[in-house]
Amino acid sequence: MAEETKFEPRIVAFLCNWCTYAGADLAGTGRNQYQANVRVIKLPCTGGIDPLFLIKAFERGADGILVSGCHPGDCHYNSGNYHARRRWNVFRPLLEFCGINPERIQFSWVSAAEGGKWVETINGVVDTVRALGPFEGYQKINAVGSDASGEAATSGDTG
Amino acid sequence: MGKKIGVFVCHCGTNISATVDVEKVAEETKKNNPGVAYTTTYKYMCSDPGQKLLRDKIKEEGLTGVVVAACSPKMHEHTFRNAAVKTGLNPYHVEISNIREQCSWVHPDIPTGTDKSIDLVRMMTEKTRKDKSLTAIKVPVTKRALVIGGGIAGIQAALDIADGGQEVVMVEREASIGGHMAQLSETFPTLDCSQCIMTPKMVEAAQHDNITMYTWSEIESITGYLGNFDVKIRKKARSVDLDLCTGCSSCWQVCPCKKIKSEFDMGIGNRTAIYIPFPQAIPSKPVIDRENCILFKDARKKNIKPNDSKVCRKCIDACPIAPVKAIDYNQEDEIVDVKIGAIIVATGFRELEDGLYGEYGGGKYEDVITGLQFERLASASGPTEGKIKRPSDGKEPEIVVFIQCVGSRDPAKGCSYCSKTCCMYTAKHTMLYKHKVHDGHAFVFYIDIRCAGKGYEEFSQRAIEEEGATYLRGRVSRVYKKGEKLIVLGADTLTGSVVEIEADMVVLASAMKAQDDAEQFAQKLSIQYDKDKFFSEMHPKLKPVESSSAGIFLAGTCQGPKDIPETVAQAGAAASKVLALLSSDELEREPVVARVDRQLPPVFSTCIGCFYCQKVCPYSAIESEDIKARDGSVIKTVARVNEGLCQGCGLCAATCRSKSVELEGFNDEQIYAEINALEFN
Repeated sequence: MAEETKFEPRIVAFLCNWCTYAGADLAGTGRNQYQANVRVIKLPCTGGIDPLFLIKAFERGADGILVSGCHPGDCHYNSGNYHARRRWNVFRPLLEFCGINPERIQFSWVSAAEGGKWVETINGVVDTVRALGPFEGYQKINAVGSDASGEAATSGDTG
Repeated sequence: MGKKIGVFVCHCGTNISATVDVEKVAEETKKNNPGVAYTTTYKYMCSDPGQKLLRDKIKEEGLTGVVVAACSPKMHEHTFRNAAVKTGLNPYHVEISNIREQCSWVHPDIPTGTDKSIDLVRMMTEKTRKDKSLTAIKVPVTKRALVIGGGIAGIQAALDIADGGQEVVMVEREASIGGHMAQLSETFPTLDCSQCIMTPKMVEAAQHDNITMYTWSEIESITGYLGNFDVKIRKKARSVDLDLCTGCSSCWQVCPCKKIKSEFDMGIGNRTAIYIPFPQAIPSKPVIDRENCILFKDARKKNIKPNDSKVCRKCIDACPIAPVKAIDYNQEDEIVDVKIGAIIVATGFRELEDGLYGEYGGGKYEDVITGLQFERLASASGPTEGKIKRPSDGKEPEIVVFIQCVGSRDPAKGCSYCSKTCCMYTAKHTMLYKHKVHDGHAFVFYIDIRCAGKGYEEFSQRAIEEEGATYLRGRVSRVYKKGEKLIVLGADTLTGSVVEIEADMVVLASAMKAQDDAEQFAQKLSIQYDKDKFFSEMHPKLKPVESSSAGIFLAGTCQGPKDIPETVAQAGAAASKVLALLSSDELEREPVVARVDRQLPPVFSTCIGCFYCQKVCPYSAIESEDIKARDGSVIKTVARVNEGLCQGCGLCAATCRSKSVELEGFNDEQIYAEINALEFN
């Protein structure tokens, strides 16, 4: 079980260009250190994030995902972040239904001026997912596809 | 055919190379990414030799895609894309991998930072593989500017643009242009008369061939985008025909309603129901105050048309214009449509509401007045013709107490910010008072004296040393009435004593606040505002006159408290931005816009015409398009993106059910390429 203790969660962050991406840049400018588990994918707006992107990231082995954009009322595109939130509200129960612990996907507002909040947010996500353990739902499904044993098909997320 | 991608890893001096093994990043990238044809590292990629290296290698190696692993794309994406353009490579094949702000600066451990950098570079390389050539979008420019607000900021901006040879439409919601500056008596630090420097500018603006002025008018709506705004202006019913009226004054001289508080005189003077706000008003043509005019009151009560009321017709009878009178009681609001290329917002400020500071007697005692009311008292064209008299009994005050920071720097009750002008105008007020009441005493309670400006410190020192104003450092706790006197209770923190002054008049240096409707107005324009409802500039240092929306600029106190010289400077800066914008016939925009799949023949478009995209679009950029057969019958209706309106948020793409909308530069293929490059497994 030595591997278990060494588990480092793999986090993908989908960030909007105007607020959180700039906030993450600010954390860098301020030399605020945080855990290196995150890989950032930049989009113009959180409202333009297709839920399938998140599913795809899980398929590629992510253990947790962060979606972060502008604060309510501050969206560069007026209302994109509201659409993102609404989409998330619909998507969340679907995840649960599929057996994925919704804590693996987190949603936050971090402005371009909140380098400190970015650090807190990303460390929080890493710690939460570390506690949940690795996400193996997809590997199990893939295993079913390859050897057709069927045993793990319905187990979903164990975290 | 695969792309030939070049990866350039920047050391950024030691900013990156101190915590990321850049050589290893380049090596691993070359080794593990078959599409990467060339990798190198360089000390400073953004420097001239760095850019030359990039250009040379694009040519020598025949690169068709470039990844620069360096600082944030917000810093130098533009730089490297421009460098690529010089070699003939389409700039949208150049991507930045952010290994400084989001890696080397935040992860001090070299192996960790190096591994993450390798990942980030790989993700961006995969995205670059899917990049398509894009061409900048050209949009035509309407060569006409809109200036909202007719105070000194608006007037200065309008004059500068008009002198630059472009048309200007100016909208002012009051009956006259002039704004707050027209209300001031004298200006600091020179004590020259405000009217004397303001009114010539007002006349110049009114007479300028390139300026069309709408007073007593408001912005109804603004739609469209940079270079192509559609603006609806509501000309409120003035009840006076501006073309016919000569401003002869016959009407307001006979008006029987003479006791209406004058807004221009801040309530310490009176006006009639048909009135011009002040003698030098531009246009010097009256407006009827429909709330207070007895004819309109009567018409409302009887629910008849105003012209049918017979209560009072003195003004129309007095009007010498014939055969058609210049006064029209039945006049209605009119909507004017104008096409505009760029907008300057110069909507100004308001004074802190009277009565917020009840402990100072504001709004309760007549002789406790605000800074602007004092300006009207001291003004030669004011209700007292420049004589300093107490509003309550008209007596000359022997002792006047000035209280600074009323509302300003008081987050608990007023506002957290400093209103910036009050220290100077209070010093000015003490001088104006002493010049007019030679044996009078002026006391000033202050927290700090902030007089940073050319000649400002000297001016406030003059008030203290030469003009003999007594400055007391401390706050006032209470003002109450005792007989005819106002007792001011305060502290002098420098001597540590409590001060009680029997004053005849108290002047509150009230804070500058954002206009009451600033929030709604900002929403109408889709521009951002701060916590105090002042409009936000794009960048606090480098873009101080741009708003958050392209083509909309800010001038004057609508952006934050400032004095006249600063306002004029900002207005000039905004005007120069507008002139630059209007100088070209076409504008180029980043081609990051949405596109609906549009195959040939168009009937094969995968769009199913559900128009969910239209519902989510914040810019009304989705139009519908009929696909017709040869006989003209409609086969199907599909969505189409108006490139000029689209701002590239991608909401439509994420909403589309048939995956028929893509956001250029961030299309599904590109994002999935990035996700697939996550080599977690």
